[in-house]
Amino acid sequence: MNQFNFRPLFRYEDAFIEGILTTLKLAFQAGAAGLILGLVCALLLGRGNRAINLIIRSYIELIRNTPPVIQIFIIFFVFPTIGVRLPPFEASVVALTLYFGAFVTEIVRSGLASIPRSQLEAGHCLGITNLQVFLHVVMLPALRNIYPSLTSQFILLLLGTSVASFISTEELFHTAAFVDSRTFRSFEVYALISAIYVSLVIAFRLFFFAFGKLAFRWPTAR
Amino acid sequence: MALVEIKGLRKSFKDLEVLKGVSLTVEKGDIVALIGRSGSGKSTLLRCINGLEETQGGTIEVGERQISAKMAGLREYRQRVGIVFQQFNLFPHMNVEKNVTLAPVLTGKVSKAEARKLAEECLAKVGMLEKINAWPEQLSGGQQQRVAIARCLAMAPELMLFDEVTSALDPELVGEVLKVMEDMARQGMTMVLVTHEMSFARNVASKVVFMHQGKIWEEGTPEAVFGDPQTPELRAFISSTHH
Repeated sequence: MNQFNFRPLFRYEDAFIEGILTTLKLAFQAGAAGLILGLVCALLLGRGNRAINLIIRSYIELIRNTPPVIQIFIIFFVFPTIGVRLPPFEASVVALTLYFGAFVTEIVRSGLASIPRSQLEAGHCLGITNLQVFLHVVMLPALRNIYPSLTSQFILLLLGTSVASFISTEELFHTAAFVDSRTFRSFEVYALISAIYVSLVIAFRLFFFAFGKLAFRWPTAR
Repeated sequence: MALVEIKGLRKSFKDLEVLKGVSLTVEKGDIVALIGRSGSGKSTLLRCINGLEETQGGTIEVGERQISAKMAGLREYRQRVGIVFQQFNLFPHMNVEKNVTLAPVLTGKVSKAEARKLAEECLAKVGMLEKINAWPEQLSGGQQQRVAIARCLAMAPELMLFDEVTSALDPELVGEVLKVMEDMARQGMTMVLVTHEMSFARNVASKVVFMHQGKIWEEGTPEAVFGDPQTPELRAFISSTHH
């Protein structure tokens, strides 16, 4: 019977902390860039230009119907053949941004569709600009409607950063595999990083909950 | 010169022609009540005046200016014309004060510092001052509609349009909204309203317009339209509205 022993992992403390920071950096950078990408795509979809719609819809379908690990491989291993050579971390950010952006597009699109036309009309009839209608009338209620799906998608992105290890980005999962190969303490290593991932998710969920309570204070009918 | 001059206005939704050549004049200070059955084109006519619908023929002039949904300067025009909707359409994520002051602040009519005072003035006119910090969702339908009216008043409009503003209200809340509109009428506001409140049309309007099948069927003073209807359609409509 195996004896559990976490002691051999202690000397890799710095490596684990590095891994956590890299994982967070991946999630934040891809999260921010993907959010902007998704917002732009969703707004472009709303304009009804056929060629643009076809391009965006193809992008979304391509991303949603292929494994993320293949997407990251294509960017890291295939793009250099067409002259785009990215280091592992940057390639990971690009791949995760494209991945997150596709889902965000669909979520934001549903959020914009959830705002009744009458709200837009009421805004326009006050004689304010289209941009002002979007910023002041549409944005917050739409964000509130999609907040649960948007934050869940970010959690999926945070956990999904582990695919970056496939192209040797030294994030948390990569660190775990490395420490495992040095110590042969598989159970302990993966128990530890599971606990770390769970803690990160709980921390983000608490933050999102608190932020939502602060940002969306107006009462609703439902 | 009339404030609103509509000539031969045509409007279709795909194959369905809703307005079939409507001509209407509204003088400054007029209270024009549009009455008629559902689908007769009353609301569409109102929406055309505010540039919410593209038209297929005829002209709308407001203050000697040609109005269309695609015209340059539509935004500035709308700052001078208020419209109140059946469903209130307050912004749910803003409190009452913010709802009222949003447009005046964004269009630079008042500074942020003066906004509170403007909100207080406008809300006082509709009897909603004590609810200045409430959320729309916390108000009754009648209260929401009065805030919607205050929101228009904050832009100091020359013309107010009312699109069946009491139709979504519980019967006991209709009176408070009509009273506000009566006050505005008394203060000389030019108003065009689509309404099913026949007693309001009879008592407050300076002109009643009966629409039928996309046309103006009859128009005149309330006494003439209600007291001496000329067409069988209007006669049938009036008797159907007596409860």
